[in-house]
Amino acid sequence: MLTFTIRRLILSVPTLLFISLVIFLLLKLAPGDPMASQPLTIPPEVRERMREALGVGAPWYVAFPKWLYQFFVVEPLYFADLVFGTSWSEGQQRVISWQTRSPVMDIVVQRLPQTLWVVGTAYVVAILIALPIGIYSAYRQYSWFDNAGTFITMVGFSVPPFFSGVLVIVIFSVWLGWFPSIYDTTHTVTDWESFKVQLRQMVMPVMVLALQITSQLSRFMRASMLDNLNQDYVRTARAKGLSEKVVVLVHVLRNSLIPVVTVIAIGIPAIFGGAIITEQVFKVNGIGQLLITAIQGNDLPMVQTLTFIFAILIVLFNLIADILYGVLDPRIRYD
Amino acid sequence: MTEPLDPITMDTVEPTAPARSQWADIWHQFRSHRGAMWGAAIFLFIVLLVLFGPYVYWNDPQNVPTGRDFLNLRDTRPIYVALWDADAKVNWLHPLGTDNLGRDTLGRLLTGGRISLAVGMAAMILSVVLGTLVGVLAGYFRLLDGPLMRLTDLFLALPLLPLLLVAVLLFRERLSGAFGPEGGTFILIVTLVGLTSWMQTARIVRGDVLALKEREFIFAARSIGTSPTKMITRHLLPNVMSPIMVSATLGIATAIITESALSFLGFGFPPDFPTWGKLLFDAVDRMELYPERVVWPGLMISLAVLSVNYVGDGLRDALDPRIRGR
Repeated sequence: MLTFTIRRLILSVPTLLFISLVIFLLLKLAPGDPMASQPLTIPPEVRERMREALGVGAPWYVAFPKWLYQFFVVEPLYFADLVFGTSWSEGQQRVISWQTRSPVMDIVVQRLPQTLWVVGTAYVVAILIALPIGIYSAYRQYSWFDNAGTFITMVGFSVPPFFSGVLVIVIFSVWLGWFPSIYDTTHTVTDWESFKVQLRQMVMPVMVLALQITSQLSRFMRASMLDNLNQDYVRTARAKGLSEKVVVLVHVLRNSLIPVVTVIAIGIPAIFGGAIITEQVFKVNGIGQLLITAIQGNDLPMVQTLTFIFAILIVLFNLIADILYGVLDPRIRYD
Repeated sequence: MTEPLDPITMDTVEPTAPARSQWADIWHQFRSHRGAMWGAAIFLFIVLLVLFGPYVYWNDPQNVPTGRDFLNLRDTRPIYVALWDADAKVNWLHPLGTDNLGRDTLGRLLTGGRISLAVGMAAMILSVVLGTLVGVLAGYFRLLDGPLMRLTDLFLALPLLPLLLVAVLLFRERLSGAFGPEGGTFILIVTLVGLTSWMQTARIVRGDVLALKEREFIFAARSIGTSPTKMITRHLLPNVMSPIMVSATLGIATAIITESALSFLGFGFPPDFPTWGKLLFDAVDRMELYPERVVWPGLMISLAVLSVNYVGDGLRDALDPRIRGR
């Protein structure tokens, strides 16, 4: 298991390098100029030097290693400085955003909590809802509960978040006036009252995200349970007189959860991608919204860094899913 | 678990019904899936509606009224609003109302649906062709298997939505210059969605081809000297048709959603060119006053995707020989 993990970790390095190169070369084609927003009174030679300082004109074989160095060496060093109070990163150039002229990672760190709060809560809520629905639907296959559940998950699966989000805003915030339609990220929780405000503004984004995740997960859970419910070991368990509760919730559930857990792990990065849309609907200024404004504002270092962070998440969680599969299922042998 | 049949009765039973072809069997199974039949009917209805609707419907979606007409015709509500709000500004000639420029909403929905569905279908065809090509090549030629599957893994590890957004921004201008704003965006979005959604099909097809390659009929075909091209087109492709059909159906749904998502984020078609996602996006700013402008396009997207998903579900069941005939 350990050798497998190490091998996969080493293998993911060239994958990530290649992905970052692809993103880099794609962005290299971008027509934009970071100096376009500067006043026209700047003389051309000064403009040229400013461009040079931002590293715009450099060929890719100069710019790409430089970006790699900044992302993988300078940024971690800076982080270490913050934690341990050292000064390793002193005088080293960090990845600078063209829009704000401040380090990209600082902005990402500012925005990350908003996204994590909404996405994380939605994921937990979705898992808590999806698993029981999936289990019960499979156990009572073709009952009215199962049929209704199948229909609802199909709808939740098909309705895109930009429509369900807008729909819940129209219903719950325009017509009923229960929840605010805009997520206020400057709100801080200090006491019970402000906690309730926070809770109210989180309900709708979480609901929209959770609906989608729940649909996918509960369908998967149901299919996985159905696969196991007809197995011979279930008949054996019943035959030796175990109660129905133990058979379903211990024997079958534990076996069915193996693929579901890996799907949960693989789904986490996809959720960050989906949050791009949800954040746009509810005006959450998380990293999805940051990405959109960066693309619109032609802020290439920001786009490059954010896209690469998404890529790291995908590769990382795929790896985690593979390892989990091996850990949970002793029949799987990687060596 | 079927009961073992009595050997005597098995001999005496005469085949009563004529043998049915595989496709008749599949159709029979598909028909018994109620959701899939409803899905197929609704999807067909939507397709016919957007195909022929604009010819029948009397309002021109691009027509922007001028002068006094503009004031009279802009911002009218759907006629059903008059049921509960007697003061609402409704116009019987515009059943779903008009937008803030006086353009007819129903007309825009119909033409928008044409584009959304066309993008969905075209992107699906591209993605299925690519996926099948990669899958068959990787499954059939051992030499290509490693590189092609690594490529597939790589594509699966790419953060697709961010890259789609970036790519749209990069190439929109250039393609618009070459093919006009609508044509350029259409080609761009179809290509991008197709290029980023072929991986699942490729994986499934490769797996099936790998399994088929070990079968006797392939061995027999090879022993009489069938060329690889003939082998793939005559023996392999017909046998991997069912997973391809299922992923094609589900691919339409993904493509429609991706196109609307791009339009919704403002990275889609040019402003005066309606698609369902674009209509939804344009209406969001004023959804408190005119919720119908958000609800109708959203409903159309959801309905189209839902029906396609149901068809895909039914097809998967119908094409699975283990389920069929039960």
